[in-house]
Amino acid sequence: MLRGWLDRARPLFEEQGRLHALNPLFEAVDTLLYTPGHVTRGAAHVRDGLDLKRMMMIVVIALMPCMGMAIYNTGYQSHLWVGGGGAPLPGWQSALYAQLGLGYSAADPVACLVLGALYFVPQLVVTFAVGGAIEVLFASLRKHEVNEGFFVTGFLVPLTLPPSLPLWQLALGVAFGVIFAKEIFGGTGMNFLNPALVVRAFLFFAYPAQISGDVWVAAMPPDAISSATALSQLAAGEITVADLSFTTSFFGLHPGSMGETSTFFCLLGAGLLLLTQVASWRTMLGVVAGAFLAATLMNVADPTTNPMLAVPFHWHLVLGGFAFGTVFMATDPVSSAFTDRGRLLYGVGIGFFAILVRAVNPAYPEGMMLAILFMNVFAPLIDHFVVEANMRWRRKRYGRGAA
Amino acid sequence: MLQHYLSLFVKAAFVENMALAYFLGMCSFLAVSKRVETAIGLGAAVTFVLAITCPLNYLIRAHVLTEGALAWLHPSLATVDLSFLTFLCFIGTIAATVQLVEMAIDRWAPALYAALGVFLPLIAVNCAILGGSLFMAEREYSLGESAVFGLGAGFGFALAVVALAAIRERLRYSNPPAQLRGLPLTFLITGLMAIAFMAFGGIQL
Repeated sequence: MLRGWLDRARPLFEEQGRLHALNPLFEAVDTLLYTPGHVTRGAAHVRDGLDLKRMMMIVVIALMPCMGMAIYNTGYQSHLWVGGGGAPLPGWQSALYAQLGLGYSAADPVACLVLGALYFVPQLVVTFAVGGAIEVLFASLRKHEVNEGFFVTGFLVPLTLPPSLPLWQLALGVAFGVIFAKEIFGGTGMNFLNPALVVRAFLFFAYPAQISGDVWVAAMPPDAISSATALSQLAAGEITVADLSFTTSFFGLHPGSMGETSTFFCLLGAGLLLLTQVASWRTMLGVVAGAFLAATLMNVADPTTNPMLAVPFHWHLVLGGFAFGTVFMATDPVSSAFTDRGRLLYGVGIGFFAILVRAVNPAYPEGMMLAILFMNVFAPLIDHFVVEANMRWRRKRYGRGAA
Repeated sequence: MLQHYLSLFVKAAFVENMALAYFLGMCSFLAVSKRVETAIGLGAAVTFVLAITCPLNYLIRAHVLTEGALAWLHPSLATVDLSFLTFLCFIGTIAATVQLVEMAIDRWAPALYAALGVFLPLIAVNCAILGGSLFMAEREYSLGESAVFGLGAGFGFALAVVALAAIRERLRYSNPPAQLRGLPLTFLITGLMAIAFMAFGGIQL
């Protein structure tokens, strides 16, 4: 029935139809519901028979556990805070939640999910509304189809942000990221930076008060220890890893940006991505190896001067956005290196710099996002040298003419 | 001591990247970044010249330009202050060094000379080079420090320009709006790269 309705509506959007200008929008709705008649021709980065749209959907499915966890944990942390004697956060979310009358109990999963959804869903809606509108606008003006690239970006963005971020800032960040990191290069598959990370970086530098340091709930009083992320406390030397529970960190029941606290749920997503070969295992392996290298070097070098230097390797994996970045951000096929050996190197760079920034940069307790952006910049260069090396090797092996 | 020099090198190359933190030397940065090979050539030349002119200008500043620096020549010159000649002398040194480097490369490495082409003499007016010398003067580095600083700053510039060239090579297949093709897009890429380089902003070494 839906198919019939779409087919009846199609002439409206075709060359002579009245709504031709909105054709990309129609295209998007149509192909989201049904496999398009023609798959990845031309410019997209995908180089095999896999449909770009299906590929994006697998990433979105892989994100689902993280998203559920994000909603639950946001509510859980709020309830913990209120249960511990804190006042509910100012804002319409708290007012609306009070109207619902579910009470503030961290042990009640329904209450946690409802309150968490009150924070998460508006961010998701704003991200999709702003990003989608820009995408459709560009597609209409430039006469190309709406690409699903934004679909994944749209899910990634709220997961990397703290729940207390004002929605207008989010809208501004998404607009910046989508236009300047993607659309000016021609849309999905042609960018060189990960748009979701550019959104986060933009917000990070433009509104540091809302996003960094005591990220979780900026409105909370400064003495509230529960509002600071574990990483910023570690960096400040207020606590050591001995004060934290590895299991809690692994499952992510501590404050942080919404989607990135739980290593466990990121690993679930990683399993699916690796099983379907949507994400590159080389990148992930590289990131972990790089982090291991950096953390071990630091532990050996001088763990007394800086508390972050003493944090053992396996703790880095469960704290902050490391797992989320490794699984969902670093493996973005467009902005990572294209070659196999390049991906390995690219991953090592990310892991190494992420730990390095965490430890030696007092300005940022979390370095994962910036490390990935930094390596995005160098990914084309890595590819260049890998290809060059390959050519030299082949020339040597097959003689001059064969290259 | 070694650690001090190492951290100075890292700081000059990454934290205070000439191109992406101070936006110096933009003219050649934008112009010579179409291909990776030429970008490597430019980067190498800039690194070389920076590494030579920084310590050279340090010597000139310390022994000729600052107040009382000429005392070694004659006691009556102990009150002479030639620091108003700083810019002139620095630029003169840079231009002379570039000429010497050019002749040396032409003589001993003609292949490299041909590859660099016009960019070699253009380095004389690259503001990243003068910037390196002026930073050296402002921050009062020692001779060893200014050599390491020059090397680090040059390495950072080279890294940035080569990375930009690789990005532009990859983006050759992108589809930007017609108004943005070429230089405008390169400006925007530079800005985005600068965001990524802000990862190092604030590092105290």
